[in-house]
Amino acid sequence: MAHWIIIPVVLPALVAPFIVLAARYHIGIQRVFALAGVTALIAVAAGLAWQASDGTVTLYQLGDWAAPFGIVLVADRLSTMMVLLTAVLGLFVLLYAIGSGWDERGRHFHALFQFQLMGIMGAFLTGDLFNLFVFFEVLLIASYGLMIHAGGNARLRAGVQYVLFNLIGSTLFLFALGSIYAETGTLNMADLAERVQLISPENTVGIRVAAVLLLLVFAIKAALVPLHFWLPASYAEAPAPVAALFAIMTKVGAYAIIRVYTMIFPPELAATAGLHDVWLLPAALISLAIGMVGVLAAKSLDRLVAFSVIGSMGMVMVVIALFTPESIAAALYYIVHSTLAAATLFLISDLVRTGRADVALTPQAPMAGAPLTAALFFAAAIAMAGLPPLSGFIGKLLVLDAAFDSDRMALIWAVVLVSSLISILGFARAGSVLFWKANSIDPTEDAVQTRPHALAYVATGGLLALLVAHTVFAGQMHGYTTQMSAQLFAPEPYLSEVLETPGKLSEPKEGH
Amino acid sequence: MELLVSSAIGVLTAGGIYLMLRLRTFPVILGISLLTYAVNVFLFASGRLTVGAPPILRDGVEVYTDPLPQALVLTAIVISFGMTAVVVMIGLGAYLGSNDDHVDDQPTSDDTSGGAA
Repeated sequence: MAHWIIIPVVLPALVAPFIVLAARYHIGIQRVFALAGVTALIAVAAGLAWQASDGTVTLYQLGDWAAPFGIVLVADRLSTMMVLLTAVLGLFVLLYAIGSGWDERGRHFHALFQFQLMGIMGAFLTGDLFNLFVFFEVLLIASYGLMIHAGGNARLRAGVQYVLFNLIGSTLFLFALGSIYAETGTLNMADLAERVQLISPENTVGIRVAAVLLLLVFAIKAALVPLHFWLPASYAEAPAPVAALFAIMTKVGAYAIIRVYTMIFPPELAATAGLHDVWLLPAALISLAIGMVGVLAAKSLDRLVAFSVIGSMGMVMVVIALFTPESIAAALYYIVHSTLAAATLFLISDLVRTGRADVALTPQAPMAGAPLTAALFFAAAIAMAGLPPLSGFIGKLLVLDAAFDSDRMALIWAVVLVSSLISILGFARAGSVLFWKANSIDPTEDAVQTRPHALAYVATGGLLALLVAHTVFAGQMHGYTTQMSAQLFAPEPYLSEVLETPGKLSEPKEGH
Repeated sequence: MELLVSSAIGVLTAGGIYLMLRLRTFPVILGISLLTYAVNVFLFASGRLTVGAPPILRDGVEVYTDPLPQALVLTAIVISFGMTAVVVMIGLGAYLGSNDDHVDDQPTSDDTSGGAA
């Protein structure tokens, strides 16, 4: 049982080279192994989540080196839930990629996909900041390959921007880690949490710089305005299943902010006071507004979905920036919802692309498979815009409720509600142009129309079904996220588990 | 020593940022390389600067240098080397494909998503 935590990292790391080496020319075998790998991942992730659900924090010391010296993986409620979410999302995205044939349009899709999963899983599980950097790089380098999968000039150009932006982000991350190490002499998160408290008030210059740099890095990942410029082009140009998987990558940024800024730099820490409410909250509100205005202004469906990702990340960050137990619980509920809704919408935009050759928001003749695609779009748009009855509405209610006691309640409510209205308009406009106006246009002779594959609909519908389940079981989910946030705000069991578990170095031998 | 290292980091960072703002693939990649050199030296210095001290336990040695930043720098060097190779290949592909090495999107007459032609 002790080694289960490392499995979500090791399993994709084994499946990927196997796919490259043994099944290079057999797309069928690749598919089977990729699906088997992801299914096994879901099973392991579910087991880990079950184990963590009663509040136990499980620790894994790599090489049996004890905490501040060795690298540790830690599974608590939050990490295991994110791991499970990633694995489930991975399965549906993989099904879509197989059904739509995206995996055949370039080489090594399945291997890169597994490496991408490995990086994301590692980032969620690690208990060490430098290890977090390494896993970020693993997921990024896989995402570079996936992003330009199937090639094409527009995609390569967007790929260059995406890679360069993330390289700059990685450099910034290293600067942040260097300053943290120079100030505290450790990079283990639990150890940092204790040492940062001990820094005397007059010597906080370095750690404050480090905290802001680290926040910038995570804000780049989470696409927070004004660091969001990489997102619209790269998500819109990436192959649709890849973009759907990327929906979890912005959440890695949100996860890192929640983890680091509840444990290492909690809101009550004097040295970093003001970081959350003075800087993070306005940036989040502006992201929310810009994202939803972008939804209304977008000229093609894929850009529209990309901007809705920025908007929903803005919503997540607004409620994270409040940093109360209620608000983090609401944020976690919304994170699950927003991941599923964004992934569904990216897949739907690809269904539209398959049915009518492009995704421009202009009236064209009815697309192939229009009724089913339209129904899926209708449901997913309702979820993303936050209309009842789907989970977007419940998530937004939780956000508003968490902001009720804040002294900026009026501002937050106004921005959230107005931007929701704008996004409803944006989605309604897109839907009516794509699906309704089409009926007034006669199909031209040379139009190439292909019906999307049935498996593509199954995958998209499956994600929607998860959204419905997220709505139906909203009470249980919110109860669980409340427990999660309680665990985050009472980190003592986590700290003692990480720091007090003995390892190889705990009892120095005589003579050394 | 401290002045030399810190000014080297500063000059490398300034040069890197200047080159990154040139918005053509080649200068930007060079700029990022400079920036990664800067960050490598910075990480190295984060364990405090000591001269001629061993990083590993030995008999009869009183002063040690911190070994961890050296390991961190090694990881960072490997990663940035690999990433630079990737970005050179993708940038080359994009340049050869569209015959244009601007990093930013150029304004087009009709400003649809562009570039597909």
